[in-house]
Order: sequence, then structure tokens, then C-alpha cells
Amino acid sequence: MSIDTGDTAWVLISAALVLFMTPGLAFFYGGMVRSRHVLGMLMQNIFSMGIISVLWSAVGYSIAFGGEGSLIGDFSHVFLADTAGASGSIPTLAFVAFQMMFAVITPALITGATADRLKFSAYAVLISVWALLVYFPVARWVWNENGWIFSMGALDFAGGAAIHINAGVAALAVVLVIGNRIGHGSEPMPPHNLPYTVLGTGILWFGWMGFNAGSALAANSVAAQAVVNTHLAAAAGMLGWLLIERKRAGHATTLGAASGAVAGLVAITPCAGFVGGASPLIIGAIAGVLCYAALGLKSKFNFDDSLDVIAVHLIGGIIGTILLGLFASTDVNEGGFDGLFYGGGAELLIDQTVAAVAVLAYSFVVTFIIAKVIDSTMGLRVEAVAERTGLDQSQHAESAYQA
Amino acid sequence: MRLITAVIKPFKLDEVKDALKSNGITGMTATEVRGFGRQGGHTETYRGAEYQIDFVPKVRLELVVEESQVDMVVETIQQAASTEKIGDGKIWVTAVDRIIRIRTGEEGPSAI
Repeated sequence: MSIDTGDTAWVLISAALVLFMTPGLAFFYGGMVRSRHVLGMLMQNIFSMGIISVLWSAVGYSIAFGGEGSLIGDFSHVFLADTAGASGSIPTLAFVAFQMMFAVITPALITGATADRLKFSAYAVLISVWALLVYFPVARWVWNENGWIFSMGALDFAGGAAIHINAGVAALAVVLVIGNRIGHGSEPMPPHNLPYTVLGTGILWFGWMGFNAGSALAANSVAAQAVVNTHLAAAAGMLGWLLIERKRAGHATTLGAASGAVAGLVAITPCAGFVGGASPLIIGAIAGVLCYAALGLKSKFNFDDSLDVIAVHLIGGIIGTILLGLFASTDVNEGGFDGLFYGGGAELLIDQTVAAVAVLAYSFVVTFIIAKVIDSTMGLRVEAVAERTGLDQSQHAESAYQA
Repeated sequence: MRLITAVIKPFKLDEVKDALKSNGITGMTATEVRGFGRQGGHTETYRGAEYQIDFVPKVRLELVVEESQVDMVVETIQQAASTEKIGDGKIWVTAVDRIIRIRTGEEGPSAI
């Protein structure tokens, strides 16, 4: 197939859109922490743009997309060797760049769960090893034509399993190792700057257009459907969250609107190019309501998922991955399959469930081991006094706000 | 000379300042502070988790006046700062030993 300039232009722009999501995530999370930890949070997010990009070009792309293995790739594209040709209708390097931005944001999602206490040096090691042992292989399973989940027939348009379940359950594993914040449950820990969080939400929502619609890898009707689906699911997610929040807690909050939109965006991610009609509204609304309900998990089981990565990304990712087994339609995308509601029987639903469980189990176990090893060698957590002083001063010798 | 200190609701600052200015008061210092009294703070809810916020934002207003102006100033602040709801704040008056204008070095009432 020859290179199509329209497709190429869209994927290149999408790569830039997805890149922008990581600083967006930094502000989304940064607004929610206390002021003495905000630079620590911003830094952990943007640092992923540094370290993971290097790892991606060194070995990540090759592990995820080189060779013919079903579990991992090979080293044929180390340092982007032999990537000058075309992949489908776009240059291989456009695909490399687009997927690089996915690799960057995925480990950064974890930082919301470990806010205010994860040591910077430990974080650098954690996400590097995590990318090598967890993200690159799982991306292989899900998106490479040789990957076992892909071959099985499970669908994941832009990363419900590969990104959101994967990072969400990894966040849970790290939180279980690192423990709760000092004062968790006894001191108020309100967000220090919700306007940042709203700003971050806007950047995420905007970038998500490239994340989901860019995953069509073409400027075509599937991409257009993905743009519409992405936006509608975010909208319905916001409304679903606000409705249940107002009923349960008495007010429709700014943070609730932001969280609900992100929950909708997470849930539509695996579905974006495979569903149509009213499906994105249903998927988004279900995610908004169920992710809100999932906020209670952390107090029930007493783990300090500080900024609700598990409720939003893990639960939202599971919702999207499973609901795709119901709502997928080949009328929307010939390259997909029909779900239970569109005459495809239960086969896709079963495959989706297997994919979700496999990624969840693998990521949890491997991440838990990585976190344990780091914790018992260099230590995962800052000293108590550093946690009290704040990550900004203790980890980076800086202050976000001068008095 | 007396130092009059008032802790008031932040949104009342401009009203209090205008009332004092129209009564001939020429200067004052305002500081953003946090505090609580009988009002006892308020609750905020983030993602369903309710937090008791004890320290709520207030403004502390300070001005030094001559003995003869104390009653007028206290009354003016009390009236302008009142919403007749809990949390309106307090006013207290303390003695001042000396006051010096930094620019000229003059002391006493003429330095006010």
C-alpha cells in the first residue's frame, strides 16, 4: 500500500495531541494534591516524557512491534533500526511516534495513586522497569497482529486494557506496597488548586481526540466515528457522575464534572472505533455512575489511592473493555466484530473478558514484584519528614509558590 | 493611641474600608488570615469524601487611632462588617506605646 498523505497528516497531528495529554494529566493531578507536593506531581508526569521516550526508541518499539512472537517482539528495531518503510498507508515512523506518546502517558497515570509520598529516584526506576516488563509486552499482546490477545479476537481500539486496566491495576499494586499517606483518614487533604484540575481536564479531553481517533491510523470514517464517540462519552460521563454525586453527596461539584468526563473518556477508549449511534452515550453514562460508586472501594479496603486512579482508570477501563463485547458493531468498523447486542453472540464478550483478566492479573503480579524489589533495595517512599515537608522541597529543592 | 484590630469576613473588607475612609480615617493594614470561632469552619466535599475545614479565610484589619476616635471606629467597623450571621468576626482594642512615621521620624499622634 502506498503512503496516503491525509492519513499520515492525521496520525502525525494525533501524535502531538497525545503528547499534550501528559502535561494535561500533570495539571489534572497537580491541582488535586496539597500545595507542597504539586511540583513533585508535575515532575513525575513530565519526567515520563523524558525517560519513556528514550526507552521507547531504544527497545520499546521493538519489543512491542518487532518480530513475530505472540508474547514479546524482538530486538530487530533497537534504536529504531529498519523503520524507514511504510505501515499500512502511513510511514512506520508516524506509527512509532504515535505509539511513543501512548507509552509516555501510561506509566504517568500511576502517579495519581501514589501522590505525596513516592520518592523521585524510586519513581524513575519504577516506571522504567514497568515499561520494559509490563507496558511494552502488554502493548504487544493487544495491538500487534502477532500478539496473543489480538490473535484471540479481543478488541482494544485505543487502550482500555493495554493502558487503563494496565496502569490502573499497577497503581493498586504500588499503593499496596508503598502504604497510605501520613494522616490519611485523619487529616483533611483537600485539592489545593481545582482550577488546575479543570485546565488539565480540558487538555486531556482535547488530546483524547488524537488518542482515540488517531488509533484509526487513517483519516477516514472510523476516525470520524471515534471523534464523535470520544466526545459524547466524555459528555455523558460528566452528566452521569454529576447526577449520582448530587444525589449522594448533595452538590454537583467542579471536581465531579472533571472526574466524570475523564471516566467517560477512559471507558470509550477501547470502544472508540467499534461502536456507534447511542452507544457512546450509554457507555459514558455507565462509566460516570459506576466510577463514582467505585470511589468507596478505597475506604472499604483501606488503601490510599490518593487521586482515585483505580476508581477512574481501572474500573473505567474494565467497564469499556467489557461493554465493547456488547456494543461492538461491524456496521461501524468492518475490521471489528459484532458484540452481543449486534448479533455477534457471546464470543466477543468472552474474548474481552479474557483480555481484561489477563492484563489485570499480569500487570498486578509483575508490578507488585517490581515495587517490592524497589522498596526493599532503594526504598519506594520518602522519609516521614520529607513527606511532611513536601515533595517539592524534599525531592527537587524547589517551591511552587513563593510567599 | 490605640491599636484597633478587627477580624472580619473577607467580602466585607471594601465596605468597612469605605465606611472608615468616609469618617476621616486615612490608613489601615489588611492581612489575609485563617481562623475560626464559634462558627467552627465549614465542610467541603471532594469526590464524595467530606472534609471539615476548621480554618476559614478571614481578613485581619489593623489601624492605629487617637483615643478620641476609638468609639467611632469600633462602631463603624461593627456596623459595616455585620451580616448578623455567625462568623462575622471580632474587634479588639489595645494600647499603643509609641508610633513613629518611618519617612520623617516624627512620633505620636502626628505620625498616625
